[in-house]
Amino acid sequence: MQNKTKFFDRSFHYALLVFVLTTLAVTLSVVVVLLNESSGFFAHVNLLDFLFGTKWTPLLEPKSFGILPLICGTFMIVIGAIAFALPVGLAIAIYLSEFASYNSRKRIKPILEVLAGIPTIVYGFFALTFITPLLKNIFPEIQIFNALSGALVVGIMILPMVASLCDDGFRALPPSLREGAYGLGAKPYEVIRHILLPASTSRIAATLILAISRAIGETMAVTLAAGATPNLSFNFLDSIQTMTAYIVQVSLGDTPANSIEYQSSYAVGLVLFIMTFFMNVIGNLVLAKKPLEAM
Amino acid sequence: MNRRLMDRSFYWFCKSMTWMALGILLILIFHICRQGCEYLDWQFLSSLPSRSPEKAGIKTALAGTVWIICFTALFAIPFGIATALYLEEYAPKRHPFVRLLQINIANLAGMPSIIYGLLGLTIFVRSLGFERSILAGSLTLALLILPVIVIASQEAIKAVPDSIRFAAYAMGARRYQVVLGQVLPSAIPGIMTGIILSISRAIGETAPLIIVGAMSYIAYTPESIFDMFTVLPVQIYNWAGRPKEEFHAIAAAGIMVLLLLLLSLNFIAVTIRSRYQRYK
Repeated sequence: MQNKTKFFDRSFHYALLVFVLTTLAVTLSVVVVLLNESSGFFAHVNLLDFLFGTKWTPLLEPKSFGILPLICGTFMIVIGAIAFALPVGLAIAIYLSEFASYNSRKRIKPILEVLAGIPTIVYGFFALTFITPLLKNIFPEIQIFNALSGALVVGIMILPMVASLCDDGFRALPPSLREGAYGLGAKPYEVIRHILLPASTSRIAATLILAISRAIGETMAVTLAAGATPNLSFNFLDSIQTMTAYIVQVSLGDTPANSIEYQSSYAVGLVLFIMTFFMNVIGNLVLAKKPLEAM
Repeated sequence: MNRRLMDRSFYWFCKSMTWMALGILLILIFHICRQGCEYLDWQFLSSLPSRSPEKAGIKTALAGTVWIICFTALFAIPFGIATALYLEEYAPKRHPFVRLLQINIANLAGMPSIIYGLLGLTIFVRSLGFERSILAGSLTLALLILPVIVIASQEAIKAVPDSIRFAAYAMGARRYQVVLGQVLPSAIPGIMTGIILSISRAIGETAPLIIVGAMSYIAYTPESIFDMFTVLPVQIYNWAGRPKEEFHAIAAAGIMVLLLLLLSLNFIAVTIRSRYQRYK
């Protein structure tokens, strides 16, 4: 009896360990798959031409695989989304942690969670059929598919994440910080501006990094709203294409496996993975620290 | 500038931004309902997809979503709970390898979903030869929600007080008896909440399923795990991408069904959390 339970105890331990190792295997297989499948692509296309080329025309002759237009499109979405989501998200976090009563906080938080749980395809549809027509009133020359509408809707999508990460950060600060400042006669605005914001700078920076990474990886909303025209224009009223939208475009077309178009989607995926991977590592490492250690 | 004025205007700024976010949610729901309501009826739920918007329906897409979600849950839940149990109850917390595992899980949770699509396409669809089947789709989604389930389960297990563990050990229980008999049952409500929320994420996921091939036109509901499939969000994408106005209206009707599904799951999750969670 003793030996039997002891044996079971051990085997349970090791069985769990096997399950745990699958999570590591997922990351490793992503790296192997992306490297392996894009190696065929890099046999045809020079790495430098890929990274610094300014023309992306994989489906037209003459074919050209310079990823800069896709990166430019992606970062237009990121810049627009962050410009909207960071100030608004911070304001919401400050309102929830510093101003709102316990009851209104309890009511607002779940609603923000709903906003975070809406699928990206729904946001894409919203951008296409609501935001773009709205923007057309302000900018009559805007195209049906445009970067501005995509960026705004991605900003709305990442808003709950920014708000809740910053809110957690403010609430994790020791109350003595606030009380000391209030004791000296500071007003809430001054406490937030001169005490709370400086004390959580690194956390806000980590939130910013994770938000950028999320915006880079966002797919369906930008595929629907921002279009499929890779260009290096920096014009927010024009149609653009992001890295993610290109991968979707390839998989919708009937490109045969092992053709260069097919392989190019893995090369783009590899760039996407590298960017988001390092941002996530840095962001998560900072967030894992205790609030004041992180200063 | 006047200190009091500055303080007040800052307060109103923060408050109005919060109300704006809630307002956007209201506008979004109102806009979609206004567009979609006239197409949302029984015929829409029970018809096959069609070229004419009046006859089109979401029968195959709904069936596909149900199939996909059942198998996704089947694959992801055991792995997710086992991983969380190991990390919380067995792993030495400060060990560098355990910290690597932990950071890795956080990273997987933030990896773009389209990369999971490329992974699923290469491994499940091509290398293992599952083709564009429900099996390949649900395995892909299972990998996608695995880290979310792990993180939520870890939170729930962490919340179980140590006194419960100590009491069980004091009665002479072995570790597996403590973990399976005491810790896991106490953490189940929290774990359930996490699972339901991750399932609702899987229901709305579009990009990875497009990559593994859920885009095909299908005129029958799937009957086995090796059948081809389409799911609700992919069907919505298909309609939303067309220029004709009527297709936008049926896309909106599809979105209404999708949101109704998600909101009810969300409601169940919140109810479980508030009613059954003993430890916080």
